Parts: sequence; structure tokens; C-alpha cells
Amino acid sequence: MKNSTGKKISRRFYGHGIPGVKPEDLAGKLIVVEGADGSGRSTQIARLVEWLETCGHATVQVGLKRSTLVSEELDKAQAGNILSRSTLSLFYATDFADQLENTMLPALRAGFIVLADRYIYTLMARDMVRGMNSAWLKNLYGIALEPDAVFYLSVEAQELVQRNLAKSATLDYWESGMDLGLSRDVFDSFLKYQTAMQMAFRQLQKTYGFTIMDGNRSVDSVTKELRKKIGALLAGE
Amino acid sequence: MKTFAELNFPGRLIAVEGLDGSGKSTQIYLLKRWLEAEGIKVYFSEWNSSELVKSATSKGKKRELLTPTTFSLIHATDFADRYERHLLPLLRAGYVVLCDRYIFTAFARDVTRGCPPDWVRGLYNFAAQPDLTFFFKADLEVSLQRILDGRPKLKFFEAGMDLRLSTDPYESFRIFQGRILEQYMAMSGEFKFMVMDANQHVEKQQALVRKLIAEKIDLKKFKRRSPLPLPPAVQPDAKTVETGEEVTA
Repeated sequence: MKNSTGKKISRRFYGHGIPGVKPEDLAGKLIVVEGADGSGRSTQIARLVEWLETCGHATVQVGLKRSTLVSEELDKAQAGNILSRSTLSLFYATDFADQLENTMLPALRAGFIVLADRYIYTLMARDMVRGMNSAWLKNLYGIALEPDAVFYLSVEAQELVQRNLAKSATLDYWESGMDLGLSRDVFDSFLKYQTAMQMAFRQLQKTYGFTIMDGNRSVDSVTKELRKKIGALLAGE
Repeated sequence: MKTFAELNFPGRLIAVEGLDGSGKSTQIYLLKRWLEAEGIKVYFSEWNSSELVKSATSKGKKRELLTPTTFSLIHATDFADRYERHLLPLLRAGYVVLCDRYIFTAFARDVTRGCPPDWVRGLYNFAAQPDLTFFFKADLEVSLQRILDGRPKLKFFEAGMDLRLSTDPYESFRIFQGRILEQYMAMSGEFKFMVMDANQHVEKQQALVRKLIAEKIDLKKFKRRSPLPLPPAVQPDAKTVETGEEVTA
């Protein structure tokens, strides 16, 4: 992260961080790609890993619901749709914290490039859409490390529908925000929910200042832009 | 932060807090028995008991995967689950809810583990304050002795071994519990703990607890409309009577 005068701002946590961890010890880079299902997020991350490793950078990948601690239980809870708002929110935060402490921080300390397939912004946006208090969320995620770069792949809701249906012929319950009762029709609900999510992301962008990228374009053209931006970051420009 | 009564909930929440071995669980159990016998709608909820979250917590504890941050978050998750799914609906339905440990346990423990107090309190700020909080304060040595007598093998997190206070679990447990007690006492006034002398006899303490509750809460408002019917009498079969041991009432 750089400030307006181009001077490098030292690494920091958004809030108090993790007790006992010094941000300045984290020599690696944390790069986040955000976006809805069908935004091309995972494809782009796979391409970035290949590119970065070819260039000789060691990488580690993290994503939501991948912690040893709670991923199984979280899956179960979601399948049954039995958790209330704060509970689900805290469960995801636990999952995030576990990966932060056990995967991201050690890798960053060792100088790796950590690629995060979604980060706290998706979690916050989901909760904001569900009416959770943003001050509460800000405090909760005060444990998170500020990434070196965040790319949000913005794709029109209509285009997301097409991509999701082409891929799996169905719209995911949660990605359609069916728990919100926006519409009993999953197609309508998906459009409404994704539009609301985009608004939440734009609101978060104001606070967290990430790069919004047009994800409606071809995969190659997004890859090209990502490489250019990440290349500049790694060159310390 | 407001109490459930101040928030106009029809129900009331009574919490007990204290160190392991302070006798608080015994007291809340006796309290529950009394309220049930009085025909009060009562529900009991225990710290760290949400079915779903518990499996993750116990895995984390067994494999020693938990850090102060994840320890704090997973307990907050457990609490939120019980709060949203059980406590809130019951309190809206006019129950007297008894909690063996409430948010103050997290405030004391997580801060002792090194989490910032503001962050921990922020996590739990969706929860209202109990209408009454009893803090069972026993001498540290008394609490320690009760635990150490009953369960000679201390668990890793229970003993605060993750804090590296001492390589000896017993010594670690003593230091850890001592620090938790300090945290509790520091917040006692702020949250209006009713501090009970837990060195006293069980019966004496219980009599006082019941008296205090009867003074502060108009219990007849929380009665079931009709008394619970007694279960039908079971006829013991002949064989059991012949071979069974003496049964006391």
C-alpha cells in the first residue's frame, strides 16, 4: 500500500491485529482477489499462481471455509441453514482467524506471496446485506492484516447468472441470498442479492480502498491487467 | 448496555459467574430445582454447549489448535448460537433463563489470554446484560483445591498452558486462575455483580441466592399457567422388586 505521495506505508493490521504478532516481520505479500461466484476469481488465482511460480515466487493460497478448525462444522451448519446471523458471522470469522494465524502469517513471515481467494470484504458485505452493524464488523475484523493489494472483480448480476448456469446449471442457495427472503424465486433472488452485494462492496471500497476491476471482460484481458498491477507491486513501484 | 428487563423482555436472565471450583454450578442447579418446583418457566443454558460449535471447539482443544484469537472467536460463536436460537426466543416467551457463565467469562478469560478488552467486549455487544449476575467468590486456594481434588489431570487450555506461564500444569493453572479472578473483580462494580461468599456452606449460599432473587424478581409473573402434571406412576415389575437393591426416596 502506498499513500498519495508514493511513499511506502508500512504494513499494518486494520485494528489491534493478533496479539504478539509484529506486522513489520511479515516480509511477504498478501494479494486478495474478491468477487462473486462466476466473477472469474478462482480462474484468475490459478493463473496468477502459475505465473508467479514460474517467475520464482513461492505462493500459498487461502480462501473462505478452508480452516482445519471449523470448515467441516461450517459446511454442516450451512447445509442445514440452522445458524442465525451473528452466529454464522462469528463462525466465518473463526475460520478466517484460524487461516490467518496458521497459514497466512507464517507464510508472510517466510516471505511467500499469499493469494487469498476472498478475504474479509466478502464476509463483511454478506453481513451488511443482512443488516449487521458495520461498527461491530469493523471491530470483529480488526484482527485482519491489511493486504498489499485487493482486486475486486465486478461482474453484472445478469452476466453472473449466465456464467453460473453455464457452469453448474443451478444457482447456489447462499449466492442467491435465499435466506434473506428477497423472493421465493431463486432467479429473482439471485439478481437482487448480487446487486445488493455489489452495492455493499462499493461502500466497503470507500473505507478499504481496493481496486475495482471490470470482470465482464474476457479472462485473458483480466489476467493481463492483474499481471501488470501485481508486477508493479512486486517491483516496488 | 441494558438488561432484558430494561429492554422490555417479558423474561428474565440470571447468570452465575466464578472460577472453576467456586461452586457456581451447584448453586445454579439448586436454583433451577427451586424455580421448577415453584412452577416457574425456567431454562438452563451452559457455557460452551451449542451442539454444532462444540465439535469444532473440542477438536481445537484436543489438537491444541486454538490461539487466543480463535479461542475467543469460537466461544463467541458458541454463545451467539445459544443466544439467538434459545435465549432470545425463551426470554420473549417469558422464561426465567439461567446461565452458567455469561459474557463476563469471555471478558475475563480472553483478556487474560492477551486479547484486547475493547475487541472482546465489541464481539459480545449484541448481547443484553443479565437482570441479575451472581459472582461466586471463593478464596483462590479453595477453588484450586476443589478442582485439583476432583480431577487430578488438568486439560491444556483449562490450565492456561497455551500462555506458557509455567511448564507445570498445576502451577500454570494457579497463575491463570489468579489472573482471571483479578479480571473478574475489576469488572465487578461495572456490571453490578452480586458477590457471594463461596467459602460458606452450600445451603447457606443457596438460601441467600433464593432470597435475593425473590426480592428482585416478581416470580409469580413467570409461572406456568397450570402446574406441570406429574408423570404417571410406573408400576415396578415384580422381578425388579425382588432382586433390586433398596431404593430410597
